[in-house]
Amino acid sequence: MNEIILKNLKEKFTDSIVEVGEFRHELTIVVRKDDIVPICQFLRDDPELRFNFLSDLCGVDYPERKPRFDVVYNLYSISKNHRVRFKVRVDDGENVPSVTPVWGTANWHEREVFDMFGIKFDGHPDLRRILMSEDWEGHPLRKDFPLTKEEVMFNYNKDRPPRTVK
Amino acid sequence: MEEKMQSETDTPKKIEKPETETMILNMGPQHPSTHGVLRVVLELDGETVVKATPDIGYLHTGIEKTMESKTYNQVIPLTDRMDYVASLSNNLAYLLAVEKLLDIQVPPKAQFIRVILTELTRIASHLVWVGSHAHDIGAMSVLLYAFREREALLDIFELVSGQRMMTSYFRVGGLAKDIPEGFDSRVREVLKTFPDKINDYENLLTKNRIWLNRTVGVGAISAKDAIDSGVSGPILRACGVEWDIRKSNPYSGYDEFAFDIPTRKNGDVYDRYLVRVEEMRQSLRIVRQALDGIPEGDFVERVPGVVLPPKEEVLSNIEALIFQFKLVVEGFCPPKGEVYHSIESPKGELGYYIVSDGTNKPYRVKVRPPCFVNLSALTKMIEGRLIADVVAVIGSIDIVLGEIDR
Repeated sequence: MNEIILKNLKEKFTDSIVEVGEFRHELTIVVRKDDIVPICQFLRDDPELRFNFLSDLCGVDYPERKPRFDVVYNLYSISKNHRVRFKVRVDDGENVPSVTPVWGTANWHEREVFDMFGIKFDGHPDLRRILMSEDWEGHPLRKDFPLTKEEVMFNYNKDRPPRTVK
Repeated sequence: MEEKMQSETDTPKKIEKPETETMILNMGPQHPSTHGVLRVVLELDGETVVKATPDIGYLHTGIEKTMESKTYNQVIPLTDRMDYVASLSNNLAYLLAVEKLLDIQVPPKAQFIRVILTELTRIASHLVWVGSHAHDIGAMSVLLYAFREREALLDIFELVSGQRMMTSYFRVGGLAKDIPEGFDSRVREVLKTFPDKINDYENLLTKNRIWLNRTVGVGAISAKDAIDSGVSGPILRACGVEWDIRKSNPYSGYDEFAFDIPTRKNGDVYDRYLVRVEEMRQSLRIVRQALDGIPEGDFVERVPGVVLPPKEEVLSNIEALIFQFKLVVEGFCPPKGEVYHSIESPKGELGYYIVSDGTNKPYRVKVRPPCFVNLSALTKMIEGRLIADVVAVIGSIDIVLGEIDR
């Protein structure tokens, strides 16, 4: 099955494919960031592929690498029963086109990626933090975010000098 | 006096259509029928929900971040704490992903016991759901019955693992220890008594007129919308999509058992109820087949460098002792790579995406929680409907906030 996916994709988007890998029979295709929406549209609508179900969308942080982040799309086809994984690479501060027009479920997933990694999605209808509170600073799943960092949650009277004990 | 009244009726006031405005109502985070700490901001026009915005994250504990600082074995107890009413399913999904990463085959005996326990977990999870859902809508007694029956299942989990809820019984390569004596008879007792209990729930609810009024046609979603929203599990099957990962991508030897996938057509709250009740019956079918066919053999695949050596050997053999020490302290290092593995949890597709960088700790673990995605379809199910239906719909999605917020 993996060959068919790759063949159909190469016919239409030869220039967009950056890297192809296979591990434990799972196909991973890295594509150019700007072409992700047309590629996803093609994957969903192609009669041989029919990837109608976006299983998961997440980010991975590689701080030493340039571009720094991966955005990973795990796709599934309910009718054809096959899976594939797509990735785009994006640097800190860059935006990724949103796939919400292709799969509605991407809405919350992309919000989570934005919340956890700070990757912005162009064309997302409602890009807000989802798990962390709205006034949270930083993006917890970045590798440089310390595991035990604690924000001061209650800062009422923070400017008042602390009482000194005589 | 009469004249006065006459004059008032003679000049009828012109009734203008009153100006209306919508009202914002906060439902939750502390609300008994949100099953945890879910907040839904409802915009209401009279009793009609114009807009619903779910707000989550109140239980966020950074489990994915914590996982990155633990060795692969230390992650197992964290998986329990996500969907805490179906912890064995979470264990299984994570371990299948790790075993895929390591390319390990699990011995048949361990597979059968995993199947038995995850199916019992499915029943336990559905019992919590049917009880709390019925309670939300106003049928108090079902909750008491359902939790009574769930105790028997939790006793089985306690018997095998020592814990009622946070079991962590499955380990890389198989099980933590062999099943104890009395396991077989306990499970058979459940198999014998439980079908009648399901009939009891059905007698209480399935043709109950109040139940029908509260659920039929409520919160319906079409199959197309459901797939677009990423909905999986019983909710999707209630829309008529026959997709069950146990059938489509059998794991842990599910292909050896005969069972049906219950589906319905309408995709409303009532159909979800019927699908889940039927799923409990099918789970019993699987448990019965698996229990009758538990093969002989070891309960764990002793992969060198990955699985602990048997305890007797550790106590008598210095090599095994060193080996155990190293494994406990350092863990094991899977090859570089990434895998995604999903199972059919009681709530839907539960997936684990693990990236390994070749060290003893996972580089990234992403959980695909079914409840998170199913909850995102809530908006589609309740907008334009009555406020009283919101409680029924939230109950029918069967959410566990521990899993949504992670």
